[in-house]
Amino acid sequence: MTLVGKTDKLILSGLTRRFGSFTAVDSVDLSLSEGEFVSLLGPSGCGKTTTLRMIAGFMPPSGGSISVDGKPLSGPGGVVPPERRGMSMIFQSYAIWPNMTVAENVAFGLTLRRLSRAEVRDRVAKILATVRMGHLSERYPAELSGGQQQRVALARAIVVQPAVLLLDEPLSNLDASLREEMRFEIRRLHDEFRITTVYVTHDQGEAMVTSDRIAVMNEGRIEQVDAPFQLYNRPRTRFVAGFIGRTNLVDAERRGGEVAFGGFVLPAERLHGLPDRDGPFTLSIRPEAIGVTAPGTEDARARLAATIAERAYLGDHWDYLAMVGSLRLRVQAPPRVAFETGSAVTLAVDPSDMVAVA
Amino acid sequence: MSFARLRQIEPSSLVFGVLIIAMVLLVVGPIARLLLVSVQEAETGALTLANYAAAYGRPRYLGALLNSLMLGGTVCALGLAMALPLAWAVARTDMPGRNFTKIMVLGAFMIPPYLGAVGWMLLAGPNAGWLNRAWMWVTGAENGIFDIYTFSGLALVIALSSFPYIYVFVSSALELVSSELEDAASILGSGPWRTTLRVTMPLVMPAIIAGVIVCFLESIALFGTPALIALPARFTVVTTQLWQFFEFPTRVEVAAAYSMPLLVVTVALFGLQKLLLARKGYVAVSGKGGERRPLRLGAWRWPMFGYCFFVALLAVILPMIVLLQAAFAKAWGRGFALDNVTLRNFIYILFEHDKARASVGNSFQYGATTAFIAIGLALAVAYVVNRRLVRFGGVLSFLCMAPFVIPGIVLAIGFYATYAPPPLALYGTATILVLAFVTRFLPIAYANADAAIKAINPEMEEAVRILGGGRLTAIRRVVAPLLKKSMAGGWLLVFIPATRELSAAIFLVGPNTRVMSVLLYDLSEEGNFEQLAALGTVLLAITLGLSLIGFRVIGRDFMLRRGG
Repeated sequence: MTLVGKTDKLILSGLTRRFGSFTAVDSVDLSLSEGEFVSLLGPSGCGKTTTLRMIAGFMPPSGGSISVDGKPLSGPGGVVPPERRGMSMIFQSYAIWPNMTVAENVAFGLTLRRLSRAEVRDRVAKILATVRMGHLSERYPAELSGGQQQRVALARAIVVQPAVLLLDEPLSNLDASLREEMRFEIRRLHDEFRITTVYVTHDQGEAMVTSDRIAVMNEGRIEQVDAPFQLYNRPRTRFVAGFIGRTNLVDAERRGGEVAFGGFVLPAERLHGLPDRDGPFTLSIRPEAIGVTAPGTEDARARLAATIAERAYLGDHWDYLAMVGSLRLRVQAPPRVAFETGSAVTLAVDPSDMVAVA
Repeated sequence: MSFARLRQIEPSSLVFGVLIIAMVLLVVGPIARLLLVSVQEAETGALTLANYAAAYGRPRYLGALLNSLMLGGTVCALGLAMALPLAWAVARTDMPGRNFTKIMVLGAFMIPPYLGAVGWMLLAGPNAGWLNRAWMWVTGAENGIFDIYTFSGLALVIALSSFPYIYVFVSSALELVSSELEDAASILGSGPWRTTLRVTMPLVMPAIIAGVIVCFLESIALFGTPALIALPARFTVVTTQLWQFFEFPTRVEVAAAYSMPLLVVTVALFGLQKLLLARKGYVAVSGKGGERRPLRLGAWRWPMFGYCFFVALLAVILPMIVLLQAAFAKAWGRGFALDNVTLRNFIYILFEHDKARASVGNSFQYGATTAFIAIGLALAVAYVVNRRLVRFGGVLSFLCMAPFVIPGIVLAIGFYATYAPPPLALYGTATILVLAFVTRFLPIAYANADAAIKAINPEMEEAVRILGGGRLTAIRRVVAPLLKKSMAGGWLLVFIPATRELSAAIFLVGPNTRVMSVLLYDLSEEGNFEQLAALGTVLLAITLGLSLIGFRVIGRDFMLRRGG
């Protein structure tokens, strides 16, 4: 039984979808509070789009349930069709109807809600102004750029004030610079309208810019749901640590109050997410959490003697591969910290930047 | 929590039920009935092989089968001699008049075969035909040398109407062969002629064979031309023999048994064609691989065009000139004199001859109804199959395409066997004609509808639904408007052949449901060529007018598209 908080708007519980013997979505639990923006982030085939299509009602779940405001929408007993869910959605292809003008596209949902003509005109004008498309309202979609079509799709979805807004990789068809701009546009619109939003993407940058929380999905399961800062700095699984940013995954072992890896021993107390019992586990150390200094430099951090095996200069930082015995560590250092390949260095890590992952 | 009241079953099983019933009525029923009738005793319904014994028991009947095979073979040989040089010259060379040649081939394609046959009866009838009179005038001979009422005459006339099938396949393949493949041969020292014969032509061999198969099947399934030419010449082919089984007393069961070779050969050859065209690796038609430069013909430019012009002359220009002359003549034999010109034939056909006037209306009415039903049905099937709204959608689309491999004349016999007897007793009604036409042209409609639906991203409809519109709203507000243009084209592609269809119609018409094509055949039996030509001109004008609209709507090559 899931505990239903008073502010929970959208609740997925045990949501499952099978295609034949393949389980695309595997008992997913997720709650969004009113006005929250949550991303489903994961590689292609992880089940994020399937989850979104089940929330929209385009696909019945094989198990589990979906409810909004405490009312069940999908479950073993039946599925409310998409048109009666009071949601709206932005599609990968934008799905702007080419037979209608921009204004007609945006007005469509309002007309279906039987609003008066004057009110429809009013609200269409207002939302088009908000997405800066007011001057193009009589254009047909074929006459618009990709970014403009995207804005029309946003306006069309938001203008009906949906209970839940769903976005399915909405930026994947835009070029890089436009994508950057639209991320902030989507977040700006969210801050303005506060619509409960589920956003599907495989791009961690998009997810981090737009979301209050990110649910990282892998092989049909949610691995971790957290705010972007938490997700990056306190990943709970190897997959999350590796998928969000780059990391070093190091075999380690807990022995009482100490943690051993690569021939070194550290006091355990400052590490995060340590297993309760003694035994082997995996440590995640971000490349930028490791400092590189000349041998013999002293400070308060844990110190590891290492050799630079490979290096690449990328302009805003150095990318080193450092060997600590047989342990390979990626290290990211500022441009001025330059060491030749083969030089002996000391690596310094603050134990509080090390995270044990499952 | 009660989910029961939220249950929303889309009425997909209902839709599937309706569509499958339509398919049974139109496709499965008539074919099953045809097979059944062929092994049943007419009176008792007991199983028997007597019908087959009757159908193949006389040398005359077997001779008709043989005639059809020989006819198909001869037509294909003649068709190749016409189509290959034309296709190659238009697609690969700098011959002058390439557009003219294209238009003439299109013309040969659009002229109903039986109109071309009427033209040739005027051109090469013994002695009185224009060509014979020209021959006698030039040489001073007492007798003409051409006689259309012979086996070779029939083969020539059919070849002149069937060669575009080969042309369509070969030219579209030739247009895709990259010049680099020819350059590779040239650089090794091969001359242009050798390259063409040893490299280019072999590359398009699968297309040639595919075209020949279609040409062969069209020739042996043709009814109008053999009926006009072979019957007076006192020999029979399969289709005219089938027609004779239908003369009083009608022996449907024997006709059904006799139609089996036609059906089997058609299914088998289309199967073979599909295998051939599926072997993509053989046809080096990737489309990539650089430009396609026309071959320079040099001194051969004009002789090549001369040959194309000669084919156009035989296939389109001469038959149409003499047809028009007869249509506007008081007596066609009196020639092109001004005092011989009259509108009398048209006035008679369109206003005085009750049956002729009615037949024009009937053709339009049945053609339009057929086009609406076929397109509607095809769209419904294409939609539910592509959106996966029903299980076993593949069965529906297969049935929609199945009539493609059923010759029109065989289909007509199936419809007769299914719907003519009581209790339905639809023989001679408009209903049975329209139903048969719908089935006959369903594959054309379906191919178009399927392509049109595939071009619409399902997200367009999902966007409607998530905003609160039901599936029907999505269809009405988004799908229908987006389909409008392509379906206007699809409608014409059904309407045009439906207004000129003869082989399916002739077996099913009654006294009050005669269509133009059938009436043309009736008039030919009366031997009044002027009125016959006038009605043919009306039919031709309608076909041309509609085709011009079609070009506007869908583009110029719309009738010559492969598989279209």
